[in-house]
Amino acid sequence: MKVDRRSFLGLGLGAAAGIAVSPIGMKLTDDSSIWTQNWPWTPVPVDGEVTYENSVCSLCPGSCGISVRKINNRPVKIEGLAGYPINDGGACLHGIAGLQYLYDPSRVKTPLKKNGDKFEEISWDDAIAIVAAKLADIRKSGSAEKLACIADKEQGSVSGLFKRLLKTFGSPNFYTMPGLESYLELTAETLHGEGQTIAFDLENASFVLSFGAGIIEGWGSPVNCFKANASRKERKAKLYQIEPRLSNTAANADKWIPVKPGTEADLALGICAVILENKLFDSPATSSFKGGLNKFGALLQKEYTPSKTAEITGVNASDIEKIATLFANAKMPLAVFGKGRGDGAQSLKELAAVHILNCLVGNINKKGGAFVQPKLKYLEFADESMDSIAENGFAKTKAAPYVNQLIEKVNESSQPVVEALFVYNANPCHSLHDAKKVKQALGKIPFVVSFSSFLDETAMEADIILPSHTFIERLEDVPSCAGLAKSVVGLTKPVVEPLFDTKNPGDAVILIAKALEGNIAQSFEWETYEECLEEVAAGIWDSLSEDGFAIISEEVPSESVPVNISLLANNPATVQAQGDFELTLIPIDNMRLISAGISVSPFAIKTVSDKVLKGKDIVVDINPLTASGLKDGGVAMLTTPIGTARVIVNFNEGIMPGIIGMVEGLGHTFDNKYVSNKGININALIGPVIESGSGLDAAFGIKAKISKA
Amino acid sequence: MSEIENKAENGSTEIAGEGTAGEAKDDKGLGLGVIFFIIAFVACFLSGTLLFPKLLYSKKEQPFNFDHALHVGEAGDCETCHSLREDGSFTGIPKLATCLDCHTEEPLGETEDEAVFTEEYVAKEKEVPWLVYSRQPDCVFFSHVAHTQAGGMDCVSCHGHIGESTSSRPYEENRITGYSRDIWGQNIFGIKKNSWDRMKMDDCAKCHKKETGHQGYCFQCHK
Repeated sequence: MKVDRRSFLGLGLGAAAGIAVSPIGMKLTDDSSIWTQNWPWTPVPVDGEVTYENSVCSLCPGSCGISVRKINNRPVKIEGLAGYPINDGGACLHGIAGLQYLYDPSRVKTPLKKNGDKFEEISWDDAIAIVAAKLADIRKSGSAEKLACIADKEQGSVSGLFKRLLKTFGSPNFYTMPGLESYLELTAETLHGEGQTIAFDLENASFVLSFGAGIIEGWGSPVNCFKANASRKERKAKLYQIEPRLSNTAANADKWIPVKPGTEADLALGICAVILENKLFDSPATSSFKGGLNKFGALLQKEYTPSKTAEITGVNASDIEKIATLFANAKMPLAVFGKGRGDGAQSLKELAAVHILNCLVGNINKKGGAFVQPKLKYLEFADESMDSIAENGFAKTKAAPYVNQLIEKVNESSQPVVEALFVYNANPCHSLHDAKKVKQALGKIPFVVSFSSFLDETAMEADIILPSHTFIERLEDVPSCAGLAKSVVGLTKPVVEPLFDTKNPGDAVILIAKALEGNIAQSFEWETYEECLEEVAAGIWDSLSEDGFAIISEEVPSESVPVNISLLANNPATVQAQGDFELTLIPIDNMRLISAGISVSPFAIKTVSDKVLKGKDIVVDINPLTASGLKDGGVAMLTTPIGTARVIVNFNEGIMPGIIGMVEGLGHTFDNKYVSNKGININALIGPVIESGSGLDAAFGIKAKISKA
Repeated sequence: MSEIENKAENGSTEIAGEGTAGEAKDDKGLGLGVIFFIIAFVACFLSGTLLFPKLLYSKKEQPFNFDHALHVGEAGDCETCHSLREDGSFTGIPKLATCLDCHTEEPLGETEDEAVFTEEYVAKEKEVPWLVYSRQPDCVFFSHVAHTQAGGMDCVSCHGHIGESTSSRPYEENRITGYSRDIWGQNIFGIKKNSWDRMKMDDCAKCHKKETGHQGYCFQCHK
């Protein structure tokens, strides 16, 4: 018997046939298909019990109710909360991406102390002791008023605690970042008197004359505004949008009225002139005007005739007359101010000129009109314990009326204007005009304490960071302060255990106060912030804790309010853009970005169109008529009196000639690979222009030039 | 005829002659080939049937033995521990908290397993890392409530008589997919006698066809 080639062939064939009829083939095929559908390295969401917890989003002043979906107690999704009085189930893209802030790479995980150029980790006890010791020194040296605080808003118990700390310490220097809330209050105070604020009944108005308010671009309470706008067709309501660029709101409006930037106030006054001239005003309402209606009328007839207004604003005289007539004859007319998101620079002249239209047509405190009502007051803090240092210091005048001027003063003064600064829920080094100067000012302040959850541009400038829980992890009352017709206070609740060694900012303030001892500690007798909130919000605590919100008012206010037009009758000067260049650079608010406070989330920045951000380059809108020498999609250098930037040009016929539009909210420089180093910060190109009289930063833009790079 | 042609003719005759002689040899060769074929066939078939499963699956022991029969006797039916949540989702293997509805830090029995449970898990408040015999790949959506309540099926139809077991058998993990052997079934050919012997897509489809008249669409389970 000879083993030959055929034997081997037989062996091979036998092996092949044996394997073929054995289950190996089918089993391996099946297993490999399962394997390829379930790569072991692909993260698989953990299965488990699904629960929902209701809370309130505090990423913007919108204050929407949210429902957080959790699996095995781990939050996995944020949805709008159905039945919540502000958003009724709706949510914006920033809200639904809110969980990304929990795991943000730039989160501050433990208290930090600056040592040279670097931060070192310290314990909470050490951090509070350092802050308290520094503050005690300042107080001892007799300059208690040189402790200042910059917060995002006036309302709310955490801001209340900061104010209380400053007051008992002996400082009046509490500042808020520019915001719609402060503009509404200032306008109400100027035209109607102390302690008032304004709300707009957008849901019912039949004719909305919007002076640049980005109703679907994040103005006020975004989801609420989206809903109000969506119901416009059903209600047969009209929207006329006045702004230099065909924004989404303008494109969605019944009419877009392009106006030269910075002349919105003049257009409003021109419309007032037509209303007065043609006697379209509401006589009973105007009969109670104080402050010189005749003087105001005479001024309008002289300076703001349709032809003169047309010359100033670029809007046709006939259009001005038509708009005025339509507005005055509408059943429920409503003029709305606050360009873009409403938190940018504004002049008091513009705010007052727009709101006086509401007063002239008599739609104050009427359905579909403007509601003038007392400021939200639901917190009752017990009287502070004041010693003589506190009394004397608190009685002093504030270093500056607004935050922009404070920054200017700190930079200009050779003596320290502020010895110590608290920054809470704000990022002035990114969101205020002339960001470089703001950074410089913070550098000049000897001791800066940040309460930020993230190591953002401002926190980087701090000497101590006392990191706060994010809104997913903390308890806080969230008042609606975005011009909403309904006054609602919501309760943000911790829906997850804190991920890092952070604290509720309220608790951090209480700890600092206790460490300062004396009258300050006596004014902060609560053990925890939770105890404090329950006590100071006692009046609404039951509904806050049970329902998650409390409606303070939802009816049309019935009171008639006085109107004082002396500011406008005295013909305040119009703010001019800084610089001598030919073009004007204006900021654009985009719903997909965030321009104040917190930075945009990784998810939201990915949704931005490449007509706004292309790769890492920012895109600017320019009318082809103005763009001589430039190429659509080409690179150009944009120069303003305070800075230069590389930009990509986008030819857009929807922007008035002579204007360059650039989006706000990009150009972050802190350590977050998802959102930083994308585009440039427009606030590094625009400087503040202070309006005389009001002291507001009213820089609606800046003069600029653009040339091929 | 040229020399070459002659050679060719002779050659061909020779080759033909050899061929005739070779046929007898070939028969032997073929016989050997057949034997080799059979040996190789049988060896490979047996390896594929008997050895291959041993290589494919690794055996893992449960953290400790679990006596289903005892628990069913004490606590009632399957739903006592393997319950449905309010929203209809299935709790699966109970969490420690469910165990602690009856168990305490003091052992309830005297077995070694009870001691491991109380010392390692109850005292340390640690979840028991049970290995789940019936866990399906993550690409499949499955709703228990639709089958047990809407379909009126009992647990045994798919899970067999696990409720009568007194100890936990070893968990056999597929080295390629990482899933339990129970999905494919103990029989490597996929032959089953009982409805619970394997739980592959075809088994779902077969039952669906029988019960509902249609085997179902892809996206119903592969969402």
